[in-house]
Amino acid sequence: MTDLSGAIGYKDVALAVALVAVGAAVSRVRRLDLEGDMLIATVRSFVQLLAIGYVLAFVFDGHGGMSAALLAVMTVVAALTAGGRAKRVPGARVVAGIALASATLATLGVLTALGIVPVDARTIVPLGSMVLSNAMASAALVMTGLRDDLAAHRREVEARLSLGHTSHQASLPWHRRALRTGMLPIVDNTKVVGLVALPGAMTGMILAGAEPLEAIRLQLVVMYMILGGNAFASVVAGELTVRRLFTADHQLVRSLRRTPR
Amino acid sequence: MGDRFEYVDVRVDGDDGPIVSGFSARIAAVGLTAVTGPSGAGKTTLVRLLNRLDDPDSGGVLLDGEDVRSYDVLALRRRVQYVGQVPVTFPGTVAANLGCADPSVLLQRVGLPASMAGREADRLSVGEAQRMCLARALALEPEVLVLDEPTSALDTTSKEGVEALVVSLAADGLTVVMVTHDPRQASHLADHVLEVPGK
Repeated sequence: MTDLSGAIGYKDVALAVALVAVGAAVSRVRRLDLEGDMLIATVRSFVQLLAIGYVLAFVFDGHGGMSAALLAVMTVVAALTAGGRAKRVPGARVVAGIALASATLATLGVLTALGIVPVDARTIVPLGSMVLSNAMASAALVMTGLRDDLAAHRREVEARLSLGHTSHQASLPWHRRALRTGMLPIVDNTKVVGLVALPGAMTGMILAGAEPLEAIRLQLVVMYMILGGNAFASVVAGELTVRRLFTADHQLVRSLRRTPR
Repeated sequence: MGDRFEYVDVRVDGDDGPIVSGFSARIAAVGLTAVTGPSGAGKTTLVRLLNRLDDPDSGGVLLDGEDVRSYDVLALRRRVQYVGQVPVTFPGTVAANLGCADPSVLLQRVGLPASMAGREADRLSVGEAQRMCLARALALEPEVLVLDEPTSALDTTSKEGVEALVVSLAADGLTVVMVTHDPRQASHLADHVLEVPGK
């Protein structure tokens, strides 16, 4: 059996850049003005992946204790990214950080506690990063969706508050909608997996020479892990966002309700 | 009977400077008090303090002599019912909006036919919806009704109907506080007028 494990050298990577050159040529001919961005993307991906490659090699080579630190750094970057996208939520980065950290801990905790995967840097770091990158998108969707919906439906929310509803009761229809928005993409992806796309973890293993069914079992674990991680991050992000958008006295925060005088 | 509410040296800040500052006034326990004043004077801002949809940045608001912040906020809001300018209907039937299986008495009180209970609330006219919002407020048996320009979204006929209804509720013993920019409405309907000075 031929596999690509160990078969790709830097020469091959350099040759693959030819495909980027094709893209740049198209951009130039059609005047898309994307050549600069393509160059930056190519250089950045090379530098970032090479750097993380050395970090992973170091962690896997007898420095497994550094896994937690590595995942913590990844969580901070993911929280800054999700929080930056949802910046109109007060304290967005902290909300995203708590949601992402708890989702990652919970999913990895379940996977290791049930003995599905070993507690080992080589499994924990890649799996954690997959949970993080997916949950980051979910958390940002939940936070922005909930904030914008509550701002747009301020009158309805305050009508409910005026009837003596708590902030959780008053925001419930939009809270529910935000959670659905945050979770639907991964639910849809999970439904069509194998029909529309062969997912990354599985294709990677097959390219590296693994048996397809072995690769598929891992991919199933990964999909369910990502689904659970997204759900967890969405719920935590939604809960904390509600707390940031209302005061303890069940009032909408002022940034959400610019009232006529 | 004395005062229901008292504003004590209230200041509320907006984006650029205070919306109201140094505001002190009393609202009588009996009858209908019209809150009037020029556009931008802070009338809405002031009545939103009564059920604590907002709090002042300094000063305080007293209800029956006690700071409104000393009451449980959810209980306070049931006692002090607030109905906004634009009627807000919730999904479902009129009966579901009113939160009771047989809302005929409530509907009758606000001048709507009992047959309306099964109608979808979002199919009501604006005038009917505003009456339904009043019924929804009355369902909680409040002591105070705070109305923020309750007739501004209505045509002349429904406006007169809602005005008559508000007057009758005040006559029944409810403390009614009504924001209006219409001096005629204030002088014709109100027992007391609270003038909010402009800046």
